[in-house]
Amino acid sequence: MLLSIDSFLILEKLVLIVVVVMSSLVIAMYATYAERKVAAVMQDRRGPNRAGPSGIFQPLADGLKLFFKEEIIPDFSSKFLFILGPCLAMLTAMMTGAVIPWGNKIHFFDRDIPLQIADINIGILYVFGVVSMGVYGIMIGSWASNNKFSLMGGLRAASQIISYELAMGIALIALLMTSGTLSLKEIVEQQQAHWYSWNIIKQPLGFLIFLICAFAECNRTPFDLAEAENELIGGYHTEYSSMKLGFYLFAEYINMFLSGSVMVSLFFGGYDIPFVNDAALADNIGVNWIALIHTALFFFKAACFLFLFMWVRWTIPRFRYDQLMNLGWKILIPLALLNMLVTGAVILFQQNNWHF
Amino acid sequence: MSIVEILFWFLSILALGGAAMVVASKSPVHSILYLILTFFAISGHYILLNAQFLAIVNVIVYAGAIMVLFLFVVMLMNLNADSEPQQKNKWLLYIGGIAGGSLLLVIVAALKQTAATTQLVQMNNGDAGLIKNLGMVLFTEYVFPFEISSVLFLSAMIGAVVISKKEA
Repeated sequence: MLLSIDSFLILEKLVLIVVVVMSSLVIAMYATYAERKVAAVMQDRRGPNRAGPSGIFQPLADGLKLFFKEEIIPDFSSKFLFILGPCLAMLTAMMTGAVIPWGNKIHFFDRDIPLQIADINIGILYVFGVVSMGVYGIMIGSWASNNKFSLMGGLRAASQIISYELAMGIALIALLMTSGTLSLKEIVEQQQAHWYSWNIIKQPLGFLIFLICAFAECNRTPFDLAEAENELIGGYHTEYSSMKLGFYLFAEYINMFLSGSVMVSLFFGGYDIPFVNDAALADNIGVNWIALIHTALFFFKAACFLFLFMWVRWTIPRFRYDQLMNLGWKILIPLALLNMLVTGAVILFQQNNWHF
Repeated sequence: MSIVEILFWFLSILALGGAAMVVASKSPVHSILYLILTFFAISGHYILLNAQFLAIVNVIVYAGAIMVLFLFVVMLMNLNADSEPQQKNKWLLYIGGIAGGSLLLVIVAALKQTAATTQLVQMNNGDAGLIKNLGMVLFTEYVFPFEISSVLFLSAMIGAVVISKKEA
């Protein structure tokens, strides 16, 4: 029954939502610190080291600085839309977390509480819907700034996101053909059996395409043309200051973390512990402890993706815009189509017991 | 009122109000933003009907892709109230109002006759809109119309490529 209300259910979901939002905010906060440290290590520097032991309070200092900066709303800009832009960017960044299974379930007060906000029928399509909404935060903000460089940055970001969404979707179709479901929870559960049942083994090319597209969707180097400072000043957030700028920058880190989480759930077994029979372990040490291990492992896997994002940023230079479009339309989409066709053919042969 | 009814009325008002503001607002960019709001309200209606797949596809395709392209064009052309041709002819307004009002009257009269008045919407039941059932129906019972519409899309795509090549 849709919308049948149970007050305890609302309470548990509310707690879960608060925890997920808070933890993604904190992780994004410390991702900024990690990014500066990773950059420093790669460039033989020390990185932030003044605020607290080895700079551990640097994100707090950054946040305080952003809050205390003067807030400027340019003349001749649409004030409501100017404020709406960063809000939308932040909102859409946070919404993805709703369908990701952070762990299996915990058992408290005689109830099984699943560690997922919503296990909906359309699962991964919801993520796509939210990603396509993310474009609006950038476009509205860039247009409302009333600055041509901002507008160019916004247009670049939007066309890039739309172009790479296609290849991403087609790469995902191949994965969905092997799993036969859209629900992220079921996709993760299918990967629990062995370490080789992870989808990365079945769909290596699909994962590669998905990863490249995820870089493009997050506007990260090598695809950060929307904010190419030598061409466009600051890109779509040129006119932004104070915490509104902070929201845009912050949304990027939340997007990185959540796209890492989506990739972990889709391709790397989600919260699965490799080389361990999870069900047997759960019988040994109890449901709650295994949930703790699962969630910790999930965050560790997502953190590995965060590191990958940073590693690439400080290693690879930016693409030119025509190269970006060529890569998206002429290389990734045909590759993804090929991957889809091959996967479909293999599945058909398998169902037919390899009789041609 | 049950929560479904409250949601229904809220979404209906949102959709109709958004649609009215699309026509009424001066700036084309605002019009598009209201249109996006309308699409979201309609997606909400789909969810109330338990048609989750249709709802999310509406968000991805219409609100997510097509409206972005609209927004692109309008932002690049930088249309605003100054560049829009001002409507001077008062008679045109009256005639338009009368014609639209008559159309509304005809539609209302026609809908009053149908059986739909007793049962406005079937909420909460049926899972025909879930993706598995929808896929089964599309690829068995309705496979021919489905394929025909895909041919239509293909021809539209080729047409778009041809037109853009000629212009370039």
